[in-house]
Amino acid sequence: MQLKSFTGETLLAYKLLVNDRTKFAALLLGITFAVFLILMMMSMFAGVLQRSSSTVINIGSKVWVMDPAVTTPANNIPMPDYVQDAVRSIAGVRYAVPLYSGAGLVKLQDGSFQAASILGLDDSSLFGRPKLLQGKIEDIYAENGFIVVQDADFEKLKNPQIGSEFEINNNRAVIVGIAKVTISGLFGIPTLYTTYNRAIQYLPQTQFTASYVLVEPKSPSDVAHIKDEVRRLGYLALTEQEFIDRTAQWYEFHTGLGMNILIMTVVSFIVGLSISGQTFYTFIIENLERFGALKAIGAKGSELVAMILFQSTFTALTGYGLGVGLCTGLIALAKWRLPDYAAVVTFSSLGIALVMVLIIVAISSYIGVRRVLRIEPFDIFRS
Amino acid sequence: MTVDSTAENRAAAKQGSTPGTTPGSAAGTIPPDAKDAIIARGVNKAFGEGEARTQALKDVSFEGRFGEMLYIVGPSGSGKTTLLSVVSGILRPDSGTVSVKGQQIWDMSADGICEFRLHTIGFVFQDYHLFPRLTTAENVAIPLILQQHPWDEAISKAMRYLKVVGLEDRADLPPVKLSGGEQQRVAIARAIVSQPDILIFDEPTASLDGDTGKSIVHFVRHEILTDKRCIVIVTHDSRIYEYAHRILRMEDGQLKGVEDGDTSIGD
Repeated sequence: MQLKSFTGETLLAYKLLVNDRTKFAALLLGITFAVFLILMMMSMFAGVLQRSSSTVINIGSKVWVMDPAVTTPANNIPMPDYVQDAVRSIAGVRYAVPLYSGAGLVKLQDGSFQAASILGLDDSSLFGRPKLLQGKIEDIYAENGFIVVQDADFEKLKNPQIGSEFEINNNRAVIVGIAKVTISGLFGIPTLYTTYNRAIQYLPQTQFTASYVLVEPKSPSDVAHIKDEVRRLGYLALTEQEFIDRTAQWYEFHTGLGMNILIMTVVSFIVGLSISGQTFYTFIIENLERFGALKAIGAKGSELVAMILFQSTFTALTGYGLGVGLCTGLIALAKWRLPDYAAVVTFSSLGIALVMVLIIVAISSYIGVRRVLRIEPFDIFRS
Repeated sequence: MTVDSTAENRAAAKQGSTPGTTPGSAAGTIPPDAKDAIIARGVNKAFGEGEARTQALKDVSFEGRFGEMLYIVGPSGSGKTTLLSVVSGILRPDSGTVSVKGQQIWDMSADGICEFRLHTIGFVFQDYHLFPRLTTAENVAIPLILQQHPWDEAISKAMRYLKVVGLEDRADLPPVKLSGGEQQRVAIARAIVSQPDILIFDEPTASLDGDTGKSIVHFVRHEILTDKRCIVIVTHDSRIYEYAHRILRMEDGQLKGVEDGDTSIGD
């Protein structure tokens, strides 16, 4: 009986809302637009952050040892060889291997140059190797062997095939495999994998060569000890997630990117709040006397509040769904046309957008609820 | 004329319900054993404070009886709307008592008064206050929906009462598509759909032309009034005084007199 009665009042609230098509459309437009903008901003930012850590994600090492001044995977500071040896001697380390990470200019067969990201994997273990789509991994040991990643930037190397040749610093390079990785890079340049020794042989070097030392701990409980011991060496050891977070923080707080996204998100919030708040307030004001009449007839204040909250929640969730659909649809369309497009809808983005929408409707309905609760049935007679 | 002849009862009888009628009794006359529907004693109400304080009601006492149409008349500012609000459980008096159907309404909690109004009193507002985005039937069903009736049942019953007021063919239209008189009838259907014992009309003819106003009040007197129902009407319109059983005259917040109406006209 209670459920049926709730349905009756809910249906009444629903009809009062959706039958006013102009205002309902304006409310939905405001919420949808706000959700779309908020989610789009955060998705673009999430995409940028994810790509900024692409090396960390694609290599997949549990612990990364680096110079303490490193802020992102892209600006590594080479370390002396003894660091690798010292790390290997730490209790709890199963193995530790070097990784070279750098950039080089690739001279293509047509004479044009193309910048590329080059990763040099440990010669003996090839730890962090990508999944091959074509070719065999052992061919990386062949003379001048390189593996190219088939991602959005693949075509910038003129769509190379196995056997394609090009030059890196006047050294001949041959494609021996085509691979795929989880995340494309941030800077829009192709990625090449080779062995560590070939990488430091092909590319100009500073005194030290190891960009990172990748560590596999014997067990997760050894990580803290390994980090302490690395700190004693004067270096920094981070887990994969810590390195990703460190990279994200640097982009958020040291590039202006985070502040710009924050400003745009706040603007989107204000736009949504303005449109929805004003429309909902107008909706309430136009029906204020009728809400007063309902009070006079015998509706309790709590029942009217429940009706208004249902209306605002229904609008919010419908607008949220439309906004999410619009955003994901646009991102899918953009990725279809622009494979380089870096935007990712994350669960946290969806959660934040939902919270912001709920704040918008909470403020909007609060204003309406206040007016409805303040109107006295006696005012209906006096009017 | 017997109460059985009212449209409301004919419609209700077809549906197997009895909305408060006693066969054989007269709608236009007050039964000798009628009990008081409303008893107000020593009601005072003031608005504002200090120099702005206005005494809207001064020691007002009266009774409203079952089976009668009771008019409250008087010039603007005489306190008739305030009195109507106090006796219908909308405006709390500063002092005095109001008993409706034997219950002291101002001893009830706020929610209790809401419940009491919902089940006992039907309102017809001056501007009707119909929801323009709902159909006529949905507007009529509102009191039943607030009484927690299932939606379909409420609409079904609303259709019966639209038939009572002769608007069953307008059930799916929004109120804005109806004339003023038709909107008034919809408001009446909404007021009686929950079969309340007390009906409150606030200036029922104010928004209508003379003929339509009279026909509405005639309809109320002949088709809505029963011997178990008390109808209280606040009005300025002397053209409809002839339908009153009794008329309370208000002036400066005081009850200046009670006159008997011309009951024969109603019959």
